Amino acid sequence: MSALLELQDVAKAFGRVRAVDGVSLTLDRGEFFSLLGPSGCGKTTLLRIIAGFETPDAGRVLLNGRDITALPPNRRPVNTIFQSYALFPHLTVRDNIAFGLRVARRTRREIDDAVDRMLALIQMEGHAHKKPDQISGGQKQRVAVARALVNQPSVLLLDEPLAALDLKLRQRMLMELDLIHDQVGITFLYVTHDQGEAMSLSDRIAVMDRGRVLQTGTPAEIYEAPRSSFVAAFIGDTNFFEGRVAGLDGDYCRLAIDGFADVRCFNDKQIGPDQPVFLSVRPEKLHIAREAPAAKPSINAYQGRVDDVIYLGAMTKYWVRVDGHRLAVHRQHSRFLLDERPIVWGETVWISWHADDGYMLERFSEADARLVERPPEKIGDVPDDAPAGEDAP
Amino acid sequence: MSRHLRDRLPEWLVTLPPMGWLAVLFLLPTVLIFAISLRPADPFGGIGAGWTLDHVRALAAPHYVIIAARTVLFSLLTTAICLFLALPTGYYIARAPGRWRQTLLLLVVVPFWTSFLIRIFAWKVLLHPDGLFKQALACLRLVSADAALLYHPPAVLLVMVYTCLPFAILPVYAAAEKFDFQLLEAARDLGAGRFQAFLRVFVPGIRRGVLTAVLVVLIPALGTYVIPDLVGGPTSEMIGNKIAQRVFVDRNLPHAGALAALLTLGVLLPMAAVLVLQARGRRRAPTDEEGL
Repeated sequence: MSALLELQDVAKAFGRVRAVDGVSLTLDRGEFFSLLGPSGCGKTTLLRIIAGFETPDAGRVLLNGRDITALPPNRRPVNTIFQSYALFPHLTVRDNIAFGLRVARRTRREIDDAVDRMLALIQMEGHAHKKPDQISGGQKQRVAVARALVNQPSVLLLDEPLAALDLKLRQRMLMELDLIHDQVGITFLYVTHDQGEAMSLSDRIAVMDRGRVLQTGTPAEIYEAPRSSFVAAFIGDTNFFEGRVAGLDGDYCRLAIDGFADVRCFNDKQIGPDQPVFLSVRPEKLHIAREAPAAKPSINAYQGRVDDVIYLGAMTKYWVRVDGHRLAVHRQHSRFLLDERPIVWGETVWISWHADDGYMLERFSEADARLVERPPEKIGDVPDDAPAGEDAP
Repeated sequence: MSRHLRDRLPEWLVTLPPMGWLAVLFLLPTVLIFAISLRPADPFGGIGAGWTLDHVRALAAPHYVIIAARTVLFSLLTTAICLFLALPTGYYIARAPGRWRQTLLLLVVVPFWTSFLIRIFAWKVLLHPDGLFKQALACLRLVSADAALLYHPPAVLLVMVYTCLPFAILPVYAAAEKFDFQLLEAARDLGAGRFQAFLRVFVPGIRRGVLTAVLVVLIPALGTYVIPDLVGGPTSEMIGNKIAQRVFVDRNLPHAGALAALLTLGVLLPMAAVLVLQARGRRRAPTDEEGL
């Protein structure tokens, strides 16, 4: 694979707000790449810079090695799927799809053939004569995809394309987008705040916050090896521990954490004794049982009390109090109605995890720790919301 | 049946006053004009007894054909120039930031604070051989020093455009304000230049506003008579002037009625066309359950 789109130190400010703050990224040919982050993190501004709707204050955008930073949107070989689809209301489905080719003054034959192929791809041959207000939301989404793809762009930019659809339809369109990507082989750059969408579609994900890219990697890398507390908390659920290295043991180390004696952890970052450490352990990596697990050096096991139970069917979420800490534990069931004897509220239990399942973070902040979902401990105990800024215009 | 009537009674009561107003003050006079045009004239300026087609036939006279053609030409030109100016103006006002938008709209409406007649007299002063406008153009060598601006067709057109322009800008702005400007970004994204996006997406997008602007400019323009009367000369007479002349100078009401009937028909035709265009029905959008 070779670099197709390259962003070099791109920055853009609106007034005093740094919407994009020095972003460098490389997209490979044919890749499905996602920009994932909360609203206001700058992902949409970055997309608009690539599309040509915004000019960056600094940095360069290269496409196929060519600098396109100064090109207007109509002269860039990229096309956008807008969140609201932005279909032309006065044109039929067919004319909407043909728009780009007509503007490019292609022959009538070429246009008809290309539009027919697109209508077949999106399975909408029977709706070609309809106006956008006569088709459903899912159909509009497909027409928007076809209208962009018919121009055979180098990169297809998708700006939260599923946000306007209801949940069930979103799942379906998600699969369809994946199929379309497989079929056309065009590079997709997908902007979303929904980690589920990003995880299920992407070859690679860039996690953004406050105008910066915090981590880039495959969904598994992002989930299993988060570099910072923000990435760990924004993608999935997790438990944070704060402590220091008490001793080294080969590739492993022993950590001193308040309330947890002698936590063993894989020391992939070669952190020396007495250094502070932040640990993230995913709830599904924690085991919950009534009996203590067999003592092994690789297993960390502690006794606690079940604080809260939420049965979700596919799994149960437990919150277990271990000496002042509240740990989230996810557990799947088998033979639930027969002899599993599910653990209930108030029971004394054993929590354990493997030394390889704890992951040391490079950066930690208290604000990020508040992002993880915790049930309130008393009525009215609502966590402070992070300032919910809209994405820059 | 009676129950049906009783249920609709409030509706009728609400509709009756405006319908009555239109019937008495619009429909009845129009019918009267059509009727009068078919009566003979009486030598004392009244309406004679019996019926005749003389006045209708007289409309085919060559000088009327010229005047009718000029009326249509001036009105179409006025409409075209007004639209040409109103489209970009409406676009920019709609895209201007909030507080600017109010100021700009106010500037469009400000001329209405002054009487229509006074504004036309003002143009007489401006276009006068010694007037400011004329002198300025002569200074810039755009016209020769002895050129006559006043009392010629271009002066009539200029003042017609001047008086009609706000009526074109306002409906265009009203439509542009509701326009989804992201559509222009979508057009640019798909390869259209600025001008192409404007023509292919913005103008069709505000179609209803454009049609309204055409109506409210074209119809009064066809009936114009004060403007050619004050700033025009013998080569800029329009049907409105002829009607006034027949009424006030010749005191031939049936003849004036025939001219007025011709004008009314000339106005109704474009209006009917626009109404048909605007009333193009829209069908219901399917829901996603049906759509997939």
